[in-house]
Amino acid sequence: MGEWQRKHLLGLKDLTREEIEVILNSAQAFKEISEREVKKVPALRGKTVVNLFFEPSTRTKTSFELAAKRLSADVVNFSSSGSSLVKGETILDTLKNIEAYSVDIFVIRHSVSGVVFYLSQRTTSSVVNAGDGQNEHPTQALLDMFTVREKLGSLENLKVAIIGDIYHSRVARSNIWGFSKFSSSVYVCAPKTLIPKYFDNLPCKITYSLKTALDQAQVVIMLRIQKERMKERFFSSQREYVKYYSLNEENLKFLPPQALVLHPAPINWDIEIASSLKEKVSPLILEQVNNGLAVRMAVLYLLAEKKSYEVVD
Amino acid sequence: MVYREKSKILGEKEIEKIIKRLTHQILEKNLCLEEVCLVGIQRRGVFLAGRIKRLILEIEGKELPLGAIDITLYRDDLTAIGPVPQVGKTEINFDINNKVVILVDDVLFTGRTVRSALDEVIDFGRPKRIELVVLIDRGHREFPIRADFVGKNIPTSSSEIVEVRLKELDGKDEVVILEEDA
Repeated sequence: MGEWQRKHLLGLKDLTREEIEVILNSAQAFKEISEREVKKVPALRGKTVVNLFFEPSTRTKTSFELAAKRLSADVVNFSSSGSSLVKGETILDTLKNIEAYSVDIFVIRHSVSGVVFYLSQRTTSSVVNAGDGQNEHPTQALLDMFTVREKLGSLENLKVAIIGDIYHSRVARSNIWGFSKFSSSVYVCAPKTLIPKYFDNLPCKITYSLKTALDQAQVVIMLRIQKERMKERFFSSQREYVKYYSLNEENLKFLPPQALVLHPAPINWDIEIASSLKEKVSPLILEQVNNGLAVRMAVLYLLAEKKSYEVVD
Repeated sequence: MVYREKSKILGEKEIEKIIKRLTHQILEKNLCLEEVCLVGIQRRGVFLAGRIKRLILEIEGKELPLGAIDITLYRDDLTAIGPVPQVGKTEINFDINNKVVILVDDVLFTGRTVRSALDEVIDFGRPKRIELVVLIDRGHREFPIRADFVGKNIPTSSSEIVEVRLKELDGKDEVVILEEDA
């Protein structure tokens, strides 16, 4: 079995297939803990985890917080609203100030790509990327992969279709890096305006046709249309988008019967996915939430316990 | 560090006899089998517990619940050992409240593993009693812990390693002592 040697988890781009497997295998063991009556193990007793969120988040933050607590770590939540950032403190000063309390792991989210990497280079603590701009959101992709592996038994040679707002999605990028390392072919599908030019250089296939993307795909990852990030118009009307890119009863037929439909949530019903499919797709999407907790426990555990040996980054 | 095999302590036949004896001792002490359950410590303890379960089924015709625990997350020496250990499976899918939990491991050494295992078992409920079965007791305890049923006591020096090999994992049944190759 592979070993974990890294100090930080910044993205899936840099990880080897073996390292991804170490996380997923560990997550398997952590999933059981949440089924116990006492949902807590002493593994991270005495460690401090700080959630440093410079961008709103409920799900990811809650998930990381609960993951840390179930491992017996102490957790501090920091969000930029109501903090000294408003008074003009820089993010680095903020980090340094909190670091002074002997923090073991920072879980960081920021709306600008690369900020998490920037901070990781300037702290002695470990850093987990909880989403940076349009770059990566590794734990979301890991929980998608965990769910797929659990349901289909393997991550090898699958056809994975990622559909929706590719442009603003860090989840898409992390999933492309992750799944492609297992020789699966990843299709991204959206209106032309929602797929950046540089995607030609990523290990994925680009299509503008939903049918091509869905045809015989074992895994479909639907992405949310991130209206809050759209400062310009990316498609002429919502109705047009829905007509060509929404998952509904009709185009669901292109998928094989055992295909999985994933969504990182929150879902805009009747935009990405028709509400008539609610009952069909919701159970798995909620299971993803539970798997996310197991994956984050695994990540925190692996990062917290490497202190005494040589660190590779 | 390179280790070489110093001596073979037990072979297949002897291990089989010892497990039979241990099973009878467990049965002798626990007359009410309805309240007994087996929990093996990952990984070889789980297979030993499985063998005891099969023997009890043969002898008494009763099938005892069998669980497994991985104590990695309960260790007190995580940062002291090498790379991060992979966490194995813990699976106790029966109620242990007011039950007699028979904890099974291959080698009893410092007692730290057992200490961790006790902590973990208690997180699953409040057993009436916990009893410890080990195939080998090699001494050098660092905690006030003893086994209720011992297969064989083997005096060792603390630099030696006692390795239990079982068919299920290692292809054959034997117990050997390894020592550092100078």
